[in-house]
Amino acid sequence: MKYTGRERSLWSAGIALVILFSLIPVVWIVSLSLKAPSTLADGNFLPQKVSLENYRGIFKQAIFTDALRNSIGIAIIATLIAVILASMAAYAISRLDFPGKTAILSGALAIAMFPPISIVGPLFNLWRSLHLFDTWQGLIIPYMTFALPLAIYTLSAFFREIPPELEQAAQMDGATAFQAFRKVIVPLAAPGVFTTAILVFIFCWNDFVFAVSLTSTTHALTVPAALSAFPGASQFQQPTGSIAAAAVVVTIPIIIMVLIFQRRIVAGLTAGAVKG
Amino acid sequence: MAEIVLDGVTKRYPDGFEAVKSMDLTIADGEFMILVGPSGCGKSTALRMIAGLEDISDGELRIAGEVVNQKAPKDRDIAMVFQNYALYPHMTVRENMGFALKLAKVDSAEIDKKVEAAAKTLDLTEHLDRKPANLSGGQRQRVAMGRAIVRDPKAFLMDEPLSNLDAKLRVQMRTEVSRIQQRLGTTTVYVTHDQTEAMTLGDRVAVMRGGTLQQVGTPRELYTQPVNLFVAGFIGSPAMNFLSGRLEGKTLQTPLGKVGLPQAPGADQQARDVIVGIRPEDFEDAKLAAERGHAGVSFKTAIDVLESMGSESYAYFTVESEHIGSAELAELAQDSGRADVPGGEPGQVVARIDAASTIRQGTSAELWFDPKKIHLFDPATGAALKTG
Repeated sequence: MKYTGRERSLWSAGIALVILFSLIPVVWIVSLSLKAPSTLADGNFLPQKVSLENYRGIFKQAIFTDALRNSIGIAIIATLIAVILASMAAYAISRLDFPGKTAILSGALAIAMFPPISIVGPLFNLWRSLHLFDTWQGLIIPYMTFALPLAIYTLSAFFREIPPELEQAAQMDGATAFQAFRKVIVPLAAPGVFTTAILVFIFCWNDFVFAVSLTSTTHALTVPAALSAFPGASQFQQPTGSIAAAAVVVTIPIIIMVLIFQRRIVAGLTAGAVKG
Repeated sequence: MAEIVLDGVTKRYPDGFEAVKSMDLTIADGEFMILVGPSGCGKSTALRMIAGLEDISDGELRIAGEVVNQKAPKDRDIAMVFQNYALYPHMTVRENMGFALKLAKVDSAEIDKKVEAAAKTLDLTEHLDRKPANLSGGQRQRVAMGRAIVRDPKAFLMDEPLSNLDAKLRVQMRTEVSRIQQRLGTTTVYVTHDQTEAMTLGDRVAVMRGGTLQQVGTPRELYTQPVNLFVAGFIGSPAMNFLSGRLEGKTLQTPLGKVGLPQAPGADQQARDVIVGIRPEDFEDAKLAAERGHAGVSFKTAIDVLESMGSESYAYFTVESEHIGSAELAELAQDSGRADVPGGEPGQVVARIDAASTIRQGTSAELWFDPKKIHLFDPATGAALKTG
């Protein structure tokens, strides 16, 4: 499709506007993180003098480095378990006709709709009695629970796109149902699996409500919760610079994840399976 | 290689619909058996039951003498070629073809050897390292065949393997399939809705309709001795012409004139209504037939349309015939969309005549047909009446 000069400039202007709109907060945070604490409130959008003091500061604090470790560990484990369980559930939902299928799907949807804040209170009491309070498992379990519905929905959409003849062909070729799933279906659904993994990972990584309510020490505190607990240099100073620096640091793993998996999220991987 | 026996095999869906009704069929070791019929006749379901992809509701399926009803597809040692090929898109041609052997834990040198041998047969050698997405339709079809033959299974099952190819390639691959099957001598069950494929490929052909096996026989038998209207109308192209007629002893009253039959069909000599079937190829220009000294029945008719194919011509004409109300013929007409199947248009007849004929469109002409080749059917049951 060819655009005329006028259309092209309109499009470019629109795109520039959207990019500006989404990037300003990011730039602002980066800018804040690079300002020396004394110049934080100098009214300049960009730092006059770039200082890495905030970054040095946060990595010296055990609360941040421990939180970073907890965040990475908890998010990865929760994502892995959620994606594995969800891909099997989604496969069953997309391929089999079993009683209670709609109940499972609507149940999953209901859980996804459920406001997490409303169960935090009871969960806090329950977790304390079960000795899950302030542990990794204590966060992994609710993360998985809230991520699974989303994962099942996304993945079953991907599985439905894969022609059932492929598994039948695999079965005829001597594969067990599980081999057909693992060697044929999963590789083909890889874009879906990775997309889901990223979504789940981001959800776990960014969660604040559960993290702040169900943890108390650096034993299981995650980064979003740790940010709120940052001490200032003095009790009269807001740790704005440190929070900004920490926010930049925790965004980096997400960006890396997306960049790595972007290559795997290639559409049209199934092209050529069947006569198109 | 093995014999496949279907013994009263039935497929019943939970809603009570029977897709395949008590099917009895023995496919001999090394035989090329075609299951043919209009869409929805149960041929694919039957094939999928042999494959193990559908449960068998009733009856017994034996492969090489062993009951396999409860066996998973992977344990039946049969290969299947799917209509849409179902190649694994994330694997190269080589991996696609070697997948079954890899699963069977054959060592990789052996797999390579077998895959390369198969690729050579199928002319795929230079494409071995490409992905299915980069292959043409015909190449994909050959990969699908290759995936079946590398395994050297007990039997091949093919579900309309050529229907996605264009007409020219289909004819070419048809010969190819036939050649491969003959060379390997592997028992093959081939499903198609195309009667030309059925006639040209099979050692024997099984015609199905509405889940019921109509007739099993060699292509020749089906053509010359169809057991009922359905088989008669399905086999042969253009399809057999059907006209209303009345039989009195050995004399048959047809819209084309009175015909003396060599022998009265059936024991009862009472006059009765019949359906008369004459294949287009059993007609001829009366002049040419006389020159060749063929005895038969001549009649005069106006030629509505004459289609010249070069090697032969098709003459279309209309005769006075009652409407033939047969469910079987109606189904055929509906399935094929062929205007030349009567039932929809009573009295429309097509005749194949020699290209040497001087008959012209829009004129009156004298045509001839061979009474020995007439087929008679009971209008009530559709069953063929023996003409001796």
